[in-house]
Amino acid sequence: MKTLAELQAMRDDMKSQVGVRRDSDYRMRIVVGMATCGIAAGARPVLAACTEEVAKRNLHDVIVSQTGCIGICQFEPVVEIFDADGKKTTYVHVTPEKIPKIIAQHVVNGSPVVEYTIGANAE
Amino acid sequence: MMQELSMNILDIAENSVRAGAALVHITVDEQPSQDLLTVTISDDGCGMAPEQVERVTDPFYTTRTTREVGLGIPFFRMAAELTGGSFDISSTPGSGTVVKAAFVLSSVDRMPLGNINETVSTLIHCNPDMDFIYTRRIGRGEIELDTRSFRNILKDIPLNDPKVSQFIREYLNENTDELLSSQKNKPTNIGGSPYNEDLS
Repeated sequence: MKTLAELQAMRDDMKSQVGVRRDSDYRMRIVVGMATCGIAAGARPVLAACTEEVAKRNLHDVIVSQTGCIGICQFEPVVEIFDADGKKTTYVHVTPEKIPKIIAQHVVNGSPVVEYTIGANAE
Repeated sequence: MMQELSMNILDIAENSVRAGAALVHITVDEQPSQDLLTVTISDDGCGMAPEQVERVTDPFYTTRTTREVGLGIPFFRMAAELTGGSFDISSTPGSGTVVKAAFVLSSVDRMPLGNINETVSTLIHCNPDMDFIYTRRIGRGEIELDTRSFRNILKDIPLNDPKVSQFIREYLNENTDELLSSQKNKPTNIGGSPYNEDLS
């Protein structure tokens, strides 16, 4: 069973991080809408899938964070990806199963998964 | 409507995040002998004025501007009251808010608790500058996670470092398994995940 002693051992193995990291230090930001609408539609497992995929691929220059209601509740769960140059891509009706493809194709290789975007799904 | 109580808890705790809280307590207290499950979320955030507290259980009241309804608190209240339980919210401007919901454990209308560990690890991951004290009690057994003691050990490594996030998830799951198996005479993990408790 995991204990705090184990955390201490893990910490001792990690290098010190110099300075506080800011949002601008990251190459990409993955933002999940986590208001009542998002949570009710299943945003929590989507966010968990994002953090797991980012950890698995060791993407140290990518941060996963949350935001409130974006105002398009009917499209939740919504995931927004901000590129380094500030360009935003909005993915709608996201499920945990869609995350590995979004991370591999968009976050790693820089090419958005068009069929999951709001542009391809809005009436 | 949420599918599980842990989703409601995440939603209510998000209000504490937005209230600028530095420390949030989340307690899930299951007392089978009293047939009661009590969930308490308290924070040291900005709090609310009395007239605002009075209106938060009204679904057509919200302070946000992106939409005209506020369903988080009404959902949580309804989930508790449907079981024959109770709901209470109290708040003091400048010192914080306490939300408490009691559920009748054996009620057929009680939602399953669901994956509460994922709720806690999500909150910690997304708010690495805030502190959370999570307590899960079953009968006399108890586990606790206090991010302040994690922070003391980690020093300059943030709580949302991918390795740390993974450790927190495993810490919660392993300690919860231990708690569940010590409190139940039946083995866990039969008929599904131990976090999705059955209603029997």
